[in-house]
Amino acid sequence: MAKSKNGENVTFTPSGTAIRNNGKVERSTELPGTTNKKHKTLGFSEEDLLDIFREMYLQRRFEERAMQMYQKGKFGGFLHLFMGQEAISTGTVRALNDDDDIITAYRDHGWGLVRGVSPKEGMAELYGKVTGCSKGKGGSMHFANVKEHFWGGYGIVGGHIPLGGGIAFANKYKQNGRVTACFLGDGAVDQGAFHETLNMAQNWKLPCIFAIENNGYAMGTAVHRHSVGELVDRADGYGMKSAVVNGMDMFTVYDKMKEVAEDVRKNSEPWLLEIRTYRYRGHSMSDPMKYRSKEELETYQKMDPIERMKNYLLDEDIADQEKIDSIQDEVEEEVMEAIDFAEESEFPDKEHLYKDVFVEDDYPFHR
Amino acid sequence: MAELQFREAIRAAIDEEMAQDEDIFVMGEEVAEYDGAYKVTEGLLDKYGPKRMIDTPIAELGFAGIGVGAAMNGLRPIVEFMTFNFAVLAADQIINHASKIRYMTGGQIKIPIVFRGPNASAGQLSATHSVSYDAMYAHFPGLKVIYTSEPADAKGLLKSAIRDDNPVLFMESEQMYGLKGEVPDEDDFTIPIGKAKVKREGSDVTVVAHGKMYHVATQAANKLKEDGVEVEIIDPRTVKPLDMETIIKSIKKTNRCVIVDEAHPFGGLAAEVGYLIQREAFDYLDAPVQRVTLPDTSAPFAKNLFEEWFPSPKEVIDAVNSVTYRK
Repeated sequence: MAKSKNGENVTFTPSGTAIRNNGKVERSTELPGTTNKKHKTLGFSEEDLLDIFREMYLQRRFEERAMQMYQKGKFGGFLHLFMGQEAISTGTVRALNDDDDIITAYRDHGWGLVRGVSPKEGMAELYGKVTGCSKGKGGSMHFANVKEHFWGGYGIVGGHIPLGGGIAFANKYKQNGRVTACFLGDGAVDQGAFHETLNMAQNWKLPCIFAIENNGYAMGTAVHRHSVGELVDRADGYGMKSAVVNGMDMFTVYDKMKEVAEDVRKNSEPWLLEIRTYRYRGHSMSDPMKYRSKEELETYQKMDPIERMKNYLLDEDIADQEKIDSIQDEVEEEVMEAIDFAEESEFPDKEHLYKDVFVEDDYPFHR
Repeated sequence: MAELQFREAIRAAIDEEMAQDEDIFVMGEEVAEYDGAYKVTEGLLDKYGPKRMIDTPIAELGFAGIGVGAAMNGLRPIVEFMTFNFAVLAADQIINHASKIRYMTGGQIKIPIVFRGPNASAGQLSATHSVSYDAMYAHFPGLKVIYTSEPADAKGLLKSAIRDDNPVLFMESEQMYGLKGEVPDEDDFTIPIGKAKVKREGSDVTVVAHGKMYHVATQAANKLKEDGVEVEIIDPRTVKPLDMETIIKSIKKTNRCVIVDEAHPFGGLAAEVGYLIQREAFDYLDAPVQRVTLPDTSAPFAKNLFEEWFPSPKEVIDAVNSVTYRK
């Protein structure tokens, strides 16, 4: 190995799973504290909490079953799983108004499910069927439900960040009071599009929340190996309001997101949030996860956001185990029905190849 | 008819469309306070104010994407690039996003956006400021591409582009902004996208030329006329969708064709048109189709080399002589 003048090995990217304290296994992200507020203070009824638990469990079970179907070879393409991050989608959607806009990257199944993509339409999209939310033309990475202001998942890392800024720009232009939440992964923070958009967003006072879902890894590269300093500190360079949020707790995400959305709506100024979380599965299905330790994964799984919600329901006597079981059974049934629906649905006809390229049905395609 | 400079014709198109649709706005580098790097948008800030005339930082990727997002969410942006040579930085937004979002969401989104600005070379500016990008963007499904040669075409087609519900790239030229031409003053003059125009009638050879090359072809045709050669010039005006019908009709009459294109030879418009001619009119050709393009090198700075590099009327004449077997 090449040596530098003072005899050390020459390196570029810091290497190893423990780059900040030599040799000790270290978590990829440090979680800030959670809110102490109880559901009543946050404005949730007991009924709401049961719905929330159901919603979170649906996202988890949908993906567990999707993973099985993928492994059975029922459908192809990429499959980037969201498991572990469900508190973020669930908390955000509850904190925002129904006509506030959401856009995200390719880890988008959970986002679709909380914003009106039914399990059937979602599963059918994974299968590439015409009954899918994007008519089978987008697949796993491109769930969308624009009618309900979910602008979709996007597959180019960082590419959708300017789109989020532009959606917010149009809302400010029309003075319609809508807030945009643009979610991105920690890896996207390194893209130029992130910097360019944040600069304009602050300069132009766009009503937009840029929310980093920092799950510790840009594909297989730990956050401290790919990005200098703390991600949230990027906001300082733009004079942008910012906060770090614990993304493993739905109440915490909801509480902060609500406060931030109200501020954005009132002042038309952007925010940068770093929501720290963890993804349980690999980057995609082909990822052997050699870049992180089993211990680290287990540490985070102990903080599982869905278990946390379940325990809250039990501890506060909002539900007993029987109620929890019945919700889980209902969800399981719904997901299995979605799989049946996807399997029984038709693939898009050949004519769909040329549909929705342009607005016109009679566009003279080059042949 | 009114005689307008190219830049005035473009400005008139933007002005007329902005006056009748509040959702149209212009963004780009120097479009507002500076009155446009090439004075295309002069006076529009005074008329429409800073909400609709927006100066951006030098961040093509970012502002192109903000334009796409704004178009997705109900506005009709006109995004100006100081030149399409700089739009390469925004290629991810044009190629990966504007052109594909409608398709991959199964038609849930429409993106009525115009990306406009000068294309190709503008004299001695060396390699990075001299590339012609129309055929490159035409390669990608989901984009319409226009590159006009005269003020009337520019006005009529830009108005159509602004009204189009798809992403449209509208290309101009620094060297043509001062060019004058008759522009119809009829109310709401538009030209449909995708229609070529026979700009000079002739029976001996068809020359296909658009953008700046239309003027090079015209100079060549004037010279050739002195030798008794009648050139028919077809200006496609729209690169995509390409009006091959008009070109083929002409070739069936002249039986010979030269394509003049201000792009490099590999995979450019000349290559595509040449292929289509052999497929559609093989039996009508009396000579192989010839093309005049930039060479397969980047633009040099030195004046003598630049002149060697840039397609000239002489090269067009040579090509016409070749297809007419005159020399």
